[in-house]
Amino acid sequence: MSFYGLVDGSDSSLKKYLGGLSGVDQVGADARASMLATRSIKTTSKRWAIDTAISMVDLTTLEGADTPGKVQALCTKAVRPDPTDSTVPSVGAVCVYNDMVGIARKHLDLIGGSHVGVAAVSTAFPSGRASMPVKIQDTQDALDAGASEIDMVIDRGAFLSGDYITVFNEIVQIRELCGERAHLKVIFETGELVTYDNVRKASFLAMAAGADFIKTSTGKVAPAATAPVVLVMLEAVRDFYSMTQTRIGVKPAGGIRNTKDAIKQLVLVNETAGPEWLTPSLFRIGASALLNDLLMQRMKMDDGYYASPAYVTID
Amino acid sequence: MKFDYAPAPESRSIVSIKPKYGHFIGGKFVAGRKHFPTINPATEEVLSQIALAGVAEVDAAVKAARKAYTTTWSKMSGRERGKYLFRIARIMQERSREFAVLETLDNGKPIRESRDVDVPLAAAHFFYHAGWADKLEFAGLGTSTKPHGVAGQIIPWNFPLLMLAWKVAPALAAGNTVVLKPAENTSLTALLFAEVCQQAELPAGVVNIVTGNGSTGALIVNHPGIDKIAFTGSTEVGKIIARAVAPTQKSVTLELGGKAANIIFEDAAIDEAIEGIVNGVFFNQGHVCCAGSRLILQESVADEVIEKLKRRMSMIRVGDPMDKNTDLGAINSKEQLLKIRELSATGDDEGAQRWSAPCDLPKKGFWFAPTIFTGVTQSHRIAREEIFGPVLSVLTFRTPQEGIDKANNTPFGLSAGVWSEKGSRILWASQQLRAGVIWSNTFNKFDPTSPFGGYKESGWGREGGRHGLSAYLKGVGHE
Repeated sequence: MSFYGLVDGSDSSLKKYLGGLSGVDQVGADARASMLATRSIKTTSKRWAIDTAISMVDLTTLEGADTPGKVQALCTKAVRPDPTDSTVPSVGAVCVYNDMVGIARKHLDLIGGSHVGVAAVSTAFPSGRASMPVKIQDTQDALDAGASEIDMVIDRGAFLSGDYITVFNEIVQIRELCGERAHLKVIFETGELVTYDNVRKASFLAMAAGADFIKTSTGKVAPAATAPVVLVMLEAVRDFYSMTQTRIGVKPAGGIRNTKDAIKQLVLVNETAGPEWLTPSLFRIGASALLNDLLMQRMKMDDGYYASPAYVTID
Repeated sequence: MKFDYAPAPESRSIVSIKPKYGHFIGGKFVAGRKHFPTINPATEEVLSQIALAGVAEVDAAVKAARKAYTTTWSKMSGRERGKYLFRIARIMQERSREFAVLETLDNGKPIRESRDVDVPLAAAHFFYHAGWADKLEFAGLGTSTKPHGVAGQIIPWNFPLLMLAWKVAPALAAGNTVVLKPAENTSLTALLFAEVCQQAELPAGVVNIVTGNGSTGALIVNHPGIDKIAFTGSTEVGKIIARAVAPTQKSVTLELGGKAANIIFEDAAIDEAIEGIVNGVFFNQGHVCCAGSRLILQESVADEVIEKLKRRMSMIRVGDPMDKNTDLGAINSKEQLLKIRELSATGDDEGAQRWSAPCDLPKKGFWFAPTIFTGVTQSHRIAREEIFGPVLSVLTFRTPQEGIDKANNTPFGLSAGVWSEKGSRILWASQQLRAGVIWSNTFNKFDPTSPFGGYKESGWGREGGRHGLSAYLKGVGHE
């Protein structure tokens, strides 16, 4: 592994690499994010943003109560979010626990959704509190069942205690396991890392270790994908691209529930990382309730009035 | 993929602009004799005809102010004065959209700024000073403070309503009456403010507004019936005023030009520093006396900062000021545009490297793309003279002391910015900098509680906070 030539895999080189990052001023980052939230996206650009956002959704169900029936319904919705309107794009992927991966993959393929990916949350999601062999087996199960994307969690305990090399090595091992078979998304759980300095540090750590995507949160901890956190991560992928000519994706997850929030995310992408990131291969939104609000807003733009929620499906 | 933002224009239907305006004297609008046009700098459309006040109008305004001072305002309790100020503040908030739209039409600044900065801050100044009106003896300025009497106030075109608020609110709170002259290019929000004074039932003559050009300003400055002069504008005019009032008993405060240094140390939070640089010099098209127009960069991070800055500048949305997504609006006047062009040309002539953000400038109106000059030294005119436009001069330094020395090597001293994640360095730098306002890890932040004003040729006195209040009271402060 070359780690882009940024680190040699040793603790000292990792510390040096992370120590060279500039800090993040919290007040300034908050101010920039709230300024970008004032962008007014109307008419044609709003329509474009809604469809783009739909195509970026990782439609998610991560519940103890998940059943094959629930997951199959989710898959159907993912492929054709609005059964009455074939111009609505499919979502980016469905995101499930690893025992549901096979069911999801099989059902998607069955209904003409082979272009929709299956993302599996992994490495003892959401806490990440398990031994490395367990995390590896967890990931292996998901891969074997046909996951095309692995959403792993980092060991926040190790990160917060300054044991960056452990976090790094875990990502490297999962990356190796994924190989060519699956994209790797690395979840930081920014609500537990708390500071923007930590978010920036975790971003650079994960990118050097081989992440294809960096992801804010599990959805199980609040606050999750706040605008300034996403801003800091988008700055990180932008800077990483200047350093390595490699574009890493970003996935905010948790707390993005309506169209307004989703459009704000797209504005953040557009004016921070740049328009090159406005594609499902580099930006995803982890959400469940969001999709229906996007569909309602889309209908409203077409019809000129808000339809009853009875016109969108609840799957 | 390209994410184009569709036009999102604010509606101008909320304002009704009269074809012709007079002056506001003694609580009434009185017709003017001569008029001149005021235009929208973004379109060159003539918005209205503004009256030019001469000797008679200025005299009438001063007499009205004196009468209101003697018969009403100086006799009124602070608590009652405060009620009027609170009322004005509330009406300004209620009519904030009207003020914002009118300010943007007349001045050319983006609606986002007039809506989110100018108008809320103007209201905040009235709220803040309303609170002082009945507590003057507890302001730490002595227990028997007295107002000056009639204040003559002359304000600039860059923040028409906000500068009015900075002047009028403390004057009234302290018990003075005022004769105010807005800048000739931007009188409309002051005239709307006159309506607010009527709506608030402010006693007649407490606020008088006469419009006009520099000749009107000179009449105010030289009028024997005025006790205090407050001026915000260029250092050149400030010097003329200082000479004019020197042999008189008039008290004077001056807020003048600047050439602020924005110092970026190598340990700064770079991304937020970039935002601070952009906000420092491109806020309000750079028409800001305290603009961070000199970027003083530590050499070890200079390349990184300049690269990121250029990238960020390419994102600045230049165009229709009424569009809610516009970041940089129109230059306020043709005259100012020519001045910006002329000074920028000296940058080219003297060997600095110009870079402007690629952007399509509208055909009509006055526009200047956000621009930086690199390779600037202390000897360049663009490092010494105030450009008052969206033009940034970039200089570098090797050691912290060298950075401070360059920052202080200017006849101005209004503001400065210090960017570092190291607290001790910020405190050290702030002590060394000879500037009235120093921001650390931010820039262009204003608050009515915070005194604002300059060292050296950037002015006399302070505005805002207790210090600003003292300028409107006899026997305290700088008098």
